[in-house]
Amino acid sequence: MTFPITPRNIVAALVVAGLLLLPLYSQLTGNIFILTLFTRIVIFALAASSLNLIMGYGGMMSFGHAAYLGIGGYAVGILAFEGIGSGFIQWPVALAVSALFALVIGALSLRTRGVYFIMITLAFAQMAYYIVSGMSRYGGDDGLTIYKRSNFGGLINLSNRVQFYYLCLGCLFGGLYLIWRIINSRFGLVVQGVRSNEQRMQAIGFHANRYRLVCFVIAGTICGLSGALLANNTDFVSPAVMYWTRSGDLMVMVILGGMGSLFGPVIGAIVYLVLEELLSQFTEYWAMIMGPLLLLIVLFARGGIMGLLGRLRLG
Amino acid sequence: MVDSLADPLLRVEKLVRRFGGITATDNLSLDVMSGELHAIIGPNGAGKTTLISQLTGQLAPNSGTIHFAGRDVTRQPAYRRSRLGLARSFQITSLLPDFSAIDNVAIAAQAHDGHSFRFWGNARKEIHLRDAARSALTRVGLEARADVPVSELSHGEQRELELAVALATKPQLLLLDEPMAGLGVTESARMVALLKELRREVTIVLVEHDMEAVFALADRITVLVYGRVIACDVPDAIRNNEEVKRAYLGDQHVVVAHV
Ligand SMILES: Nc1ncnc2c1ncn2[C@@H]1O[C@H](COP(=O)(O)OP(=O)(O)OP(=O)(O)O)[C@@H](O)[C@H]1O
Ligand SMILES: [Mg+2]
Repeated sequence: MTFPITPRNIVAALVVAGLLLLPLYSQLTGNIFILTLFTRIVIFALAASSLNLIMGYGGMMSFGHAAYLGIGGYAVGILAFEGIGSGFIQWPVALAVSALFALVIGALSLRTRGVYFIMITLAFAQMAYYIVSGMSRYGGDDGLTIYKRSNFGGLINLSNRVQFYYLCLGCLFGGLYLIWRIINSRFGLVVQGVRSNEQRMQAIGFHANRYRLVCFVIAGTICGLSGALLANNTDFVSPAVMYWTRSGDLMVMVILGGMGSLFGPVIGAIVYLVLEELLSQFTEYWAMIMGPLLLLIVLFARGGIMGLLGRLRLG
Repeated sequence: MVDSLADPLLRVEKLVRRFGGITATDNLSLDVMSGELHAIIGPNGAGKTTLISQLTGQLAPNSGTIHFAGRDVTRQPAYRRSRLGLARSFQITSLLPDFSAIDNVAIAAQAHDGHSFRFWGNARKEIHLRDAARSALTRVGLEARADVPVSELSHGEQRELELAVALATKPQLLLLDEPMAGLGVTESARMVALLKELRREVTIVLVEHDMEAVFALADRITVLVYGRVIACDVPDAIRNNEEVKRAYLGDQHVVVAHV
């Protein structure tokens, strides 16, 4: 594998280095806040990357992707609440339930295309939202506090800020590597082919929806992992993480960073969440600035920030 | 079965397809024998593309049956018919625009080489798929353009790529919907030469408006008008068929008469 020196790759390399060194910076300057912020960013970057797999590579505009954040989070929260604190149980359950949910939702939604697909994935996610809101044993609307983070024995201590940050970062890099392998594999080429021209793919012998569905399940499972991380990060899980606006946030991160570019959603998550943080310090109407900014990106920078960088020439 | 050799590779019986008030395929029956090049001609809107789409499964008939290699495929989805050995090219070019020429062909070869639920290995490094794709590209004269994205290929090159993609699925029956449409004179000549070679290897159904090409290539010709077969015979008989001449009154009449 070769990485030519292009503006995109330079930016990606700098971001990777920055993310790796961030705890050091935080330690040296005593700035704990930045570590907290970036832990959150890294978790959302993983969630956005999983959405990019179906949206960018698979052409499936899912508007319900935050559902998996909630499902992964609730799997951890509910098991913790019921006295099962081991991460070796919590996390596989979080992944398995997310995969199952994706399988069911995908099998039903993938009968439709275009706007209908957007609407039906949105509807299913909202349904999941109302279901967890109604689980009074687990806090209902108010959410569920997680008193102890997932326990991985002596392997890693999730309550240690730096260790937890590196765990999240490891999950992000692992997720990106997995996605990178997938998009260059036989399976990945089929999924991208179906995005490009479904009729053609059927005509040469592919059962398009079967590949779409598997892709949908993989993405949901990866996002379930983000959910488990997020719940540990906030020591809390509530229906709000799966509300449709959260799904919208994830879509914005993907589009902002660059749909169908491996590293785009990472950039998107960083820019989106840092901007949100900065703007909300100055004004409570930060959304009024964010909205038009996004519109500009969508209108003038097809391919998002990575797309813009791709058009830059060195020298 | 004593007469199995004489069984047609493709048997269409009483096929009907309506679009609202139009009957685009009207009680159509047709046999294509193994090894022949069977041309289908007819004026614009005669239902040629509609027929091809029903044969390959993009479109479902209202009634009638389609048997391919002795099997009833009338209700089979397109992807399964492709696996049985039916391949088509599209009249309106239908490729993967985001892919390079060779990727378009390699993925067609991949579709017929085991399953594609492989998530890890780099598919572009599977040598036998690349080789298969390259030889199909060479066949149609596109080997020098292998790495060019489809969107940068000329119209003629895209037509040739359509054919390479179909070939890469190793079909038993090749359905070509106007492969010369929009080609220049030299490109057309190349396509005719290529089809002359291919007909020795694979059964071909050729839909084409270029009468010179049709009469030069076809073993038999079926003439469609308003979705109905008005004649099906060897080229010489078609040329002298009064009903065909009547149907082709107008500019094409001249062409038929001259060939
Ligand atoms: N999807 C559709 N919806 C409605 N009508 C259609 C559709 N497809 C084809 N038709 C109609 O069916 C008839 C046959 O069309 P078809 O495209 O099969 O003709 P053709 O013989 O391929 O013509 P051409 O030589 O122009 O390619 C035409 O009257 C056409 O308008
Ligand atoms: Mg046609």
